[in-house]
Formats: sequence, structure tokens, C-alpha cells
Amino acid sequence: MSSVSSVLPMATIIDANFVDYLIVGIYFAFVLGIGVMARRQVSDSVDFFLSGRSLPAWVTGLAFVSANLGAVEIMGMSANGAEFGLPTLHYFWIGAIPAMLFLGVVMMPFYYGSKVRSVPEFMLRRFGPAAHLVNAISFAVAQLLIAGINLYLLASIIKAMLGWELWVSLVVAAVVVLTYITLGGLSAAIYNEVLQFFVIVAALLPLTLIGLHQVGGYGGLKDKITEAAPSAADADAQLNSWPGTNLTGIDNEVLSVIGIVLGLGFVLSFGYWTTNFVEVQRAMASDSISSARKTPIIGAFPKILVPFITILPGMIAAVAVAEIVKTKAGDTVPGGASGEGVKFNDSLLYLMRDVLPNGLLGIAIAGLLAAFMAGMAANISAFNTVFSYDLWQSYAVKDRDDGYYLKVGRLATVGATVIAIFTAGLAANFDNIMDYLQTLFGFFNAPLFATFILGMFWKRMTPTAAWIGLVAGTLSAVTVAFLSEDAFGTASLGVIGLSGQGASFVAAGVAFTVDIVLSVAISLVTKPRAASELVGLVYSETPRETLVDENEAGYPWYRRTVPLASIALALVVVLNFVF
Amino acid sequence: MAQPTGSKKHTAGALDIRNVIGALLFVYGVILLVTRLVAGDEGGENSAGVNANLWAGLALAAVGAGFMIWSRVRPIVVPEHVDSPEDLTPPKR
Repeated sequence: MSSVSSVLPMATIIDANFVDYLIVGIYFAFVLGIGVMARRQVSDSVDFFLSGRSLPAWVTGLAFVSANLGAVEIMGMSANGAEFGLPTLHYFWIGAIPAMLFLGVVMMPFYYGSKVRSVPEFMLRRFGPAAHLVNAISFAVAQLLIAGINLYLLASIIKAMLGWELWVSLVVAAVVVLTYITLGGLSAAIYNEVLQFFVIVAALLPLTLIGLHQVGGYGGLKDKITEAAPSAADADAQLNSWPGTNLTGIDNEVLSVIGIVLGLGFVLSFGYWTTNFVEVQRAMASDSISSARKTPIIGAFPKILVPFITILPGMIAAVAVAEIVKTKAGDTVPGGASGEGVKFNDSLLYLMRDVLPNGLLGIAIAGLLAAFMAGMAANISAFNTVFSYDLWQSYAVKDRDDGYYLKVGRLATVGATVIAIFTAGLAANFDNIMDYLQTLFGFFNAPLFATFILGMFWKRMTPTAAWIGLVAGTLSAVTVAFLSEDAFGTASLGVIGLSGQGASFVAAGVAFTVDIVLSVAISLVTKPRAASELVGLVYSETPRETLVDENEAGYPWYRRTVPLASIALALVVVLNFVF
Repeated sequence: MAQPTGSKKHTAGALDIRNVIGALLFVYGVILLVTRLVAGDEGGENSAGVNANLWAGLALAAVGAGFMIWSRVRPIVVPEHVDSPEDLTPPKR
């Protein structure tokens, strides 16, 4: 699994001393302690999977964001910041916030009110077994592959920071993640995610502030980026979020804006945030329908601010860290976390090396380890739920007692972790597999979102239309990726002149359109389900009073869903004008 | 299932996430301050002239203490999970 070269002793990028190890050790002690404490509260299987729906909204809200604040988010976004500058902000303010607010205001009542335990289970009750099976299998496979990528990134960072061999890092990371999930279930995962959120902030905020101080504040950063840029137009593109032509790879400014708003902002982002069970599961664990709706909305506020501690350090590294400056100028620099040359992915690590003293360095290491574990734990616990309820209980062994499925869930967790070690090994062999998988799963979500949104608001939509739409939508996105220049790497044929972000935006758009058109056409010629079966699942068939919390009208404004969502939306609009 | 702890008390106590967050951040803050005392301002040159461990340590200790005080002032009551069994029964399909 591990390469032979990893047996050789390697120089570490970062010199950690005993204070740093102490800080990391304390973090792990807390994580395992939470697992042990949470276990005392586990009483039955609903408790295990959804924490008994007893957590307050601010806890699930932070977990909601933290579940997403993983390896790809921190390393990927700081890398993007180093490479593209401010247009990376679109991944947050256009590509996340509107969809999170929509999820809280419009879609959450259906998820929470129908008391489903997973997003595929909602599919089952709305459309029956065929669409459910398609959705559950693709979701479970996707989670295993993503967990492997998270595990690989986690291990390769440990290797770069602490000098451990990759396979040791892999197994240690897997055992720790496994231990706390099996000990406490989702409750432990959620508590850990909230803890991780604070450690990540404690790690990245000083890094950003000290980095900014070093380059002479935000004004100094802008000057240095302008100096380093090959042309004035290039500097301009890096220092303004719109029109983002450098990010999309679309030269025409109008088309670039349309690509960002429709491709990233609508299809990809709504598809991801509203149907991705890893996130939605956090909201389902809250104590009331009002808390469930507020979960993504409360999560939106930290999400608005996260780019300041992920993108900014990347931009700082691109002007302040010698290795990254050279990389950006187009030179090849030996070293890097992978050992195969410095990449933009390494920006954060090099900035940490340059500006953090021992002590703060330990907190930064703990924060990064926390973030990467968060991602993997979220994948594994979502896999656990979908495997034991949506696949095993629905299609393999039916009608057993609760304890049986709880046991299946625990075995599934162990199995998934072991499989993740192997998918991590796969990821290690393919240097760019992460990019491809992100693209791939990005457009798996697009048809899913199309099917969901039609199914929730159009009672005429039939079960046949649902599964055919899903399969056809996914296949059409895969086709576009194959025909593009590089979405599948060398396997792509280059028939359509699209590459990079532009290709995945278009693939998602095509998948969405094909799914909607086919679903409507097929629904019109097949038999819909009786209206009585759709109560709580389709907007027009659901009594209004079950969609809102009866107590919510009595809350002060800062505890109500819609006023909070309005504030978040206004904030994002203002920020888009400022940057 | 019987609760081994907290069956008399109905506040969350150590299980309150605010205590966990507060304790971790506070301990980290103290470690940074001690590091600053023992190692002197060695970090200064490595952090662009900012006395990084000192300020970060003070901030972390303050935030950590803030979380613990918050949970003392406004304790949460642990919901009795067995109170309403119909809420916990898995939905029938």
C-alpha cells in the first residue's frame, strides 16, 4: 500500500517540538474523551444515528459547517487563494450561502417533518424503491471513495509535518476516527466537529493575522500581489471577485458571470448543500423543527467568514513564502507535502513554517488534523446510516429488532474504515484523483437536486420518472466529462473545448437539464402516486402548520428562521459589492 | 438505559459542549503563555515581530474561560431521552 520510498527517512517541512506534540496529544485526549462520554448517553438506535434529536441549534449549526470544513476546504481553498486570489470567494458567498439558506427556509421542514433518517430514505417515501436504490448505492460508494481521499490527505499531511511514514499515519488516523465514531455515534461526531471548529479557528486566525502583519496589512498584500502579477489585468482579476474569468477559464466576462451564478451558484451548490446527507444529517439531529431549519442558517454566518482565514493565508503565502512565490511564477520547486514538488496545496504548510512559533504551531497542527478527521468522520457516519437502514434493512435482511441494525451499523463503520484505508491507497497512486472525484461527485449531485426539487413541488411527478431521470442525468454529465478536454484527465476525448472549472459547471448544467426534461416528459405519460401518500413529502399536499414550529412565532427575532436568513443574505450581498 | 451519572442532576455538567470547548481552549492558552515565559521571545523573529504566543495565549485563555462561565451562568437541562418513547421509535414504512 505504501510506497517503498516512504521507508527512507524524510526531512519534515515543519519542525515540531515537544510543546507542539503536547498540544496535539491533548487534542486527541479530548476527542477520545468525548467518545467515551457520549457513549453513556446512547440508548437506542435512533439515539445512535441522530443523537436523539436533542442538540441545540448553535451546536448543530457549527457542526454543519465543520462537517464541510475538511481537507479539501482548507487546503483546496487556500491553494485556490494562492493561485487565483479573491475570485475563490465565490465558492463561499455564491457557491454555498444561498443554497444553505434555501435548505433551511424551504427544504428542511420536509426532511425533519417526515422523520426520515437519511436523504435516500426521503427518496424511498416519495418515489419508492427504484429511485431509492439508485440513490443509496451511488451515495454509499461515493462516501467510501471520499473517505479514502480524506484519509490519504490526512496521512500525507501528518507525514509532511511529523515525518511519520505514510502507512503508519494512515492506520493511526483510521484507528482514531474509528474509535470515536464507534464509541459515541453521531453525537460524538457532532461534538467533535464543534470542538474542531474552534481549534481550526484558533489555528488559522493567528496565522492569518501574523501573515497580514508581515506583508504590511491588506493594503500591503494588494500592493505585493500587483507587483508580482505579470500584467495589470492579471492583478485586477486576482483582486476583484467578479467577473472571475481566471477562476472559470471563460474569457468572456458576461459568460463567466453566468457560469459562476448558474453553474456554481445554482446547480452545483444547491445540488451539494440541499441533498448532501453528510451535512443534512447534522440538522436532523437538532431538538425541534425550528432548530433544524436554523441549523444551516446559523451555519451560514461562520461560513461567510471562513474564506478570510482560508483564502487570505493562501494569498499571503503567494507573496510572502519563497517556495510559493516561485511556484506561482511558473518555476518548479522541489519538496512539498507529496515530496514530488511544491504545489499550491502546500501554501498553508509553508506559511505555518514561516510565521508560527512553536506552541502556536502545535495548535495549527492540531487544527489541520482536526479538519481532516472531521471530513472522514462525516463520510463514515453518513455511510453507516445509509448502509444499515437504506441498503441492509431495506433490501437484504428485513424485519429484525433494533439492536440487530445497531450492530450492523457498528460493523459497517468498521468495514468502511478498513475500506477507506484501501481507497486511500488508491488515491495515493493517482496524484490528481482528488480533482477528478470532486468533478465526478459534483455532477452526481446535480441530477439528484433536479429530482428532489421537482418531487417536492410537483405532485404529478411519478416514481418511474424519478429513477430514469436520475440515471439519465448522471450518464449525460459523465458523457460531457468524457467529451471535454480534461475533466477525466487523459481519458477525456477533447471533443468539446471545455476545461477546468468551466467543464464541471457545464457538465452539472447538462445533467440538471436532462433530468428535469426527462422527468417532466415521463411523468406526463406514467401514473402518479395517490395524493394521500404524499402528505409531508410534497409541498402542496402538506398542511402548512406541520412545516413550521408552533412555538417559533413566540421567539424573539434573533431566534426565528426567516429574519436570520434575511440578515445572512443581506450580509453576502454587501460583501459581494465590497470585494 | 439507566444513566450512570447525572441521574439526580439535570444539568449537563461536564457533558455540556461549552465546558469541553472552554477547557480545551483555556488549557491551550495556558500552554502558550508558559511557552512564552520559558522560551522567552524566541517566537518573535519567527512571527514577523509579533509576540505571537503571548497574545494568542491570552486570547485563547480568555475565550476558554468565557465558554466555561457561559455554561455556569446558563446551564442546559439534559433532556430525559426515555420521557417520550413515541418520539424515539423508528418511523414505520
